[in-house]
Amino acid sequence: MSATPYGKIVHDGLWANNPAFVQILGLCPLLAVSNSVINALGLGLATLLTLTLSNTIVSLIRNLVTPEIRLPVFVLVIASVVTAIELAMNAYLHELHTILGIFIPLIVTNCIIIARAEAFASKNTVARAATDGFMMGLGSALALVLLGALRESLGHGTLLANAHLVFGEAAKDWTITLVEHYHGFLLAILPPGAFIGLGLLIAVKNVVDSHIERRSAQAVPLPHEAGATA
Amino acid sequence: MQTSSSPHLHSAAPVSSVMLRVIYALIPGVIATIWFFGWGVAVNVMLAAIVALASEAVMLAARGRPIKPFLLDGSALVTAFLLALSLPPLAPWWITLIGTAFAIVVAKQLYGGLGCNPFNPAMAGYVVLLISFPREMTQWLAPETVSGHALSFAQAAQVIFSGAAPPGLTLDAVSAATPLDTLKTHLHLGETVEAARRASPVFGSLGGLGWEWINGLFLAGGLWMMYKKVITWHIPVALLGGLLVMSTAFHLFNGDAYVSPAFHLFSGAAMLGAFFIATDPVSACTTPRGKLYYGAGIGILTYIIRAWGGYPDGIAFAVLLMNMAAPLIDHYTQPRVFGHKK
Repeated sequence: MSATPYGKIVHDGLWANNPAFVQILGLCPLLAVSNSVINALGLGLATLLTLTLSNTIVSLIRNLVTPEIRLPVFVLVIASVVTAIELAMNAYLHELHTILGIFIPLIVTNCIIIARAEAFASKNTVARAATDGFMMGLGSALALVLLGALRESLGHGTLLANAHLVFGEAAKDWTITLVEHYHGFLLAILPPGAFIGLGLLIAVKNVVDSHIERRSAQAVPLPHEAGATA
Repeated sequence: MQTSSSPHLHSAAPVSSVMLRVIYALIPGVIATIWFFGWGVAVNVMLAAIVALASEAVMLAARGRPIKPFLLDGSALVTAFLLALSLPPLAPWWITLIGTAFAIVVAKQLYGGLGCNPFNPAMAGYVVLLISFPREMTQWLAPETVSGHALSFAQAAQVIFSGAAPPGLTLDAVSAATPLDTLKTHLHLGETVEAARRASPVFGSLGGLGWEWINGLFLAGGLWMMYKKVITWHIPVALLGGLLVMSTAFHLFNGDAYVSPAFHLFSGAAMLGAFFIATDPVSACTTPRGKLYYGAGIGILTYIIRAWGGYPDGIAFAVLLMNMAAPLIDHYTQPRVFGHKK
């Protein structure tokens, strides 16, 4: 198997194979905590860190682990990483840790992480695996923050409320009030809002994709480009 | 354009004439609702109709579908009517706007438009409003005979669009919880049904004051639709039967804690739900036996939600839940094809 170019790793993680919008993986935490930008960012960063670390470690040990026992080993690696991150969050971001609650330890069961370990990290060099983990994590975190922003602005009429949970006391007044005396649209905050919001975001991504496709179809492909995309 | 919910059960009547008859059948009940709860109902109906037609036109244009035939089929109007009749009579304008737009844009057009929506659009819009704006959605009006105030059309429109009460009148003076809501509150405090009915003026001899007439006239409109073969008897009979059986059983078991079956049949959206909402040809079951299960399911769920749930009325949730089950019910109740063994 030839090495994946870094450009493709970045493009896959952020757009073409985005964990939330294309693979539709790890939806449970995505839907559950994306009710505000800051909650989404907190979980997004934790996932990002987990993915990068677990991909790195899995890639480091990939030649030592026999295929028969690889999955239990990956799970142990991921669980250890998540436990360390959870303890660190509890120590340094205690309030955020309380809000995100069970969804931090649940990152262990997030399918994106085992999927990247199995599909990418166990077959690639450390640097590539780490890049893939970081980019997949970033793609997931961006999707979370986008959905969080959509739901928070519709549901509460604010953005970045409680920013101090992630950025410290200095961020207390970062809250942007979009609409004064907003009534609140509870649906956006409640679980249905997460499903509808994610559906709309996926639809927007598909529209953009089909638009790009139509554009590139109009332009006559050069022979070597056609070969590269095949 | 012709309706045919399933290829093997075909109706020759065009959509527009069906929808027109549904609207005719609604009229007596609408008049009764206006009679008891004032002109706000009429303002809501008109506003919902305008929003429904506008959002339908915008969505059809965005989806590249012909606008005129779909707009004139009346299905958007029926959705608007059903939703507006479920709203509090003086609901702020944006409530009607958001609910109707959600019903048409999300619950109907995003699923593919008329004939493709798995959920009843009006009830999806209503539930969105109910869970998003619980305060606005539970502020009902006392019947005008109780409050002693009759708002003129202009006054009602003023309250709806500006939120301010006309001079010399506070909104608290005219608003009251619905009978189902009031009953629930009293029962929650450990009082008996009889004590609750004595304590509040919103109860009538059968159901809620005014509500019994409104339900009676929706019943009449529904019977007319059956006579005209717009709907079949299966869903309404099964729905009301389910509600009746459940309420009778529990009323006989403990009359102090469970209100009489007549109250259940003539309160809230019982008749509107049985004849107009649950019978939506798109989202309901299509086989005759399936319709019976579907209707009975709605009736039983409505009773469960009314008696033990967190919301005073349960028709909307019950309809949406059974909408979800409808394809499965249809799958298991296909009629035997002539000449074939099952």
